[in-house]
Amino acid sequence: MVGKTIKVDLLARIEGESAFKVVVRDGVVRSAELRIFEPPRFFEAFLRGRAFTEVADITARICGLCPAAYQMSAVHAMENALGLTVTGPLRDLRRLLYCGEWIESHILHIYMLHAPDFLGYAGGIEMARDHSEIVRRGLALKKVGNEIMTLLGGREIHPINVRVGGFYRVPRRRELEPLRERLKWARDAARETVRWAAGFDFPERERDYTFVALRHGSEYPFNEGRIVSNRGLDIAVPEYDEHFEEMQVERSTALHSRLSGGGSYLVGPLARYSLNFERLSPIAQEAAREAGLGRTCTNPYRSIVVRAVEVLYACDEALRIIDVYEEPGRPSIPIEPCAGVGFGATEAPRGLLYHRYRIESDGTIAEARIVPPTSQNQASIEEDLASFVGGFLDLPDDDLRHRCEQTVRNYDPCISCATHFLRLETDRG
Amino acid sequence: MAGDRPRRIVVGIGNPERGDDAAGRAVAQLLRGMLPVNIPLNTREESWEITEHDGEAAALLSLLDGASEAFLVDACRSGSPCGTVRRIDVAQVAAAPLPRGVFGVSTHDFGLAEAIELGRALGQLPSRCVVYAIEGGSFEAGAPLSAAVAAAVAAVAGRLHAELARK
Repeated sequence: MVGKTIKVDLLARIEGESAFKVVVRDGVVRSAELRIFEPPRFFEAFLRGRAFTEVADITARICGLCPAAYQMSAVHAMENALGLTVTGPLRDLRRLLYCGEWIESHILHIYMLHAPDFLGYAGGIEMARDHSEIVRRGLALKKVGNEIMTLLGGREIHPINVRVGGFYRVPRRRELEPLRERLKWARDAARETVRWAAGFDFPERERDYTFVALRHGSEYPFNEGRIVSNRGLDIAVPEYDEHFEEMQVERSTALHSRLSGGGSYLVGPLARYSLNFERLSPIAQEAAREAGLGRTCTNPYRSIVVRAVEVLYACDEALRIIDVYEEPGRPSIPIEPCAGVGFGATEAPRGLLYHRYRIESDGTIAEARIVPPTSQNQASIEEDLASFVGGFLDLPDDDLRHRCEQTVRNYDPCISCATHFLRLETDRG
Repeated sequence: MAGDRPRRIVVGIGNPERGDDAAGRAVAQLLRGMLPVNIPLNTREESWEITEHDGEAAALLSLLDGASEAFLVDACRSGSPCGTVRRIDVAQVAAAPLPRGVFGVSTHDFGLAEAIELGRALGQLPSRCVVYAIEGGSFEAGAPLSAAVAAAVAAVAGRLHAELARK
């Protein structure tokens, strides 16, 4: 029997600690396992007993890359429990905060973590030596995202200005003005980013994914929408638990999510794009077409192009919001606690992020449930490895290992968020 | 952003809530208290920008953008005795790459070493760029600085104070 094991003990250029192992026998991939060994962090447990008003600040600490996503899912879940809907400029400012986070997070992944895979570098620093102008553009784009986060969130990472009902402080119109010129530059730079990424050499690999994402009546989704799939699922956020389940697998400290009675599914840029193409702004649609993307995209290696399209959209949407912004009369809507259960789902850069809370009549959190995107994507990552590695087996071991790592990085996995995650181990026998 | 005059910057890096990881910030705070008395800071030409930072590489590099001189202070974990101080002149052409994985790292393992090496790759390191690394012992959440690191913080603040005064 001819076989090999591709094994990576600690995956680089992803957030958190994980590994993977692919076992190959007689040219056939027998198994592909993603192992997450970062210790669990018990956020759901230590939210219990805390005040509902603390939820945005506590959950922001789950992730250094997508803290605003945690804040947004958390405050929407609380507002759902308390019967409050935030509208108008406060709602727009939440979208603007999300634009900042998508720009920041997507650009870091595109330029520093994922592009080196396509251009043959060990990492972003090595790539910067040969492509300094491009890396400078990436860093300058990321900075625009950071500026939005700082202005609305109080600081670049782990924002402190978000609360149930709105914000602690809202910006004056004149404070948003300087962002306008910066964002016009960023929108042009994002369009260049789409063109640059579209020129990479992509493995021709497709999978028939079950895509799951939010869909809103008119907007490309950030904070609001129904949970839909390309297989007919169309549910309100509170119905999530009836349609999705989490299970423990021995190899991972992160729970695996599945469709109830079904299989794996995919959340994140590919799903969001494929389910919401027509909701992208005209300039983002045009850039996507120019980049050779259809209305849907089932090649996970092209996710880097889709991310770039989403960055373009985020810059465009941020400009739109700034143009129409009227200062709200108050920074937040006063809210009194009552007993209840609330549900929230928003689109983190990596995909759907679901929160559910039960609170007591005095506002104390009695139960918390958080389902991050990387948990939901774990099964799909393993299936990608199992499906695609077979086509790469003629590669030398180092190249094969690299291809496997690239396959995982397609997902921009956020292991720290998911633990409750990477090393490559390939066993060819 | 860089203004008309060259920017000169001292950056204390770390997490204030993680024991000895706060060493860089503690140096910045101490230095801030020492400078106005002893160094003529009143004229802009002589001023140093003293700031604290969480150490995320992209933001740190952006902070260094346009600076002509920079001193960066961070805690490290290299296996040396707690409180050991190392001065590394990273702008030297012959300087070895700053070791990765010994400084406090942020998300995606992008911290001080990555910021310096990325800056070097992009040719945008300040012409004078010095890192002071203070070996930490305990990085427990909520813990104060250990005695050895507190002593090293005072010593580094004193050395930096002398370096900043030098033209």
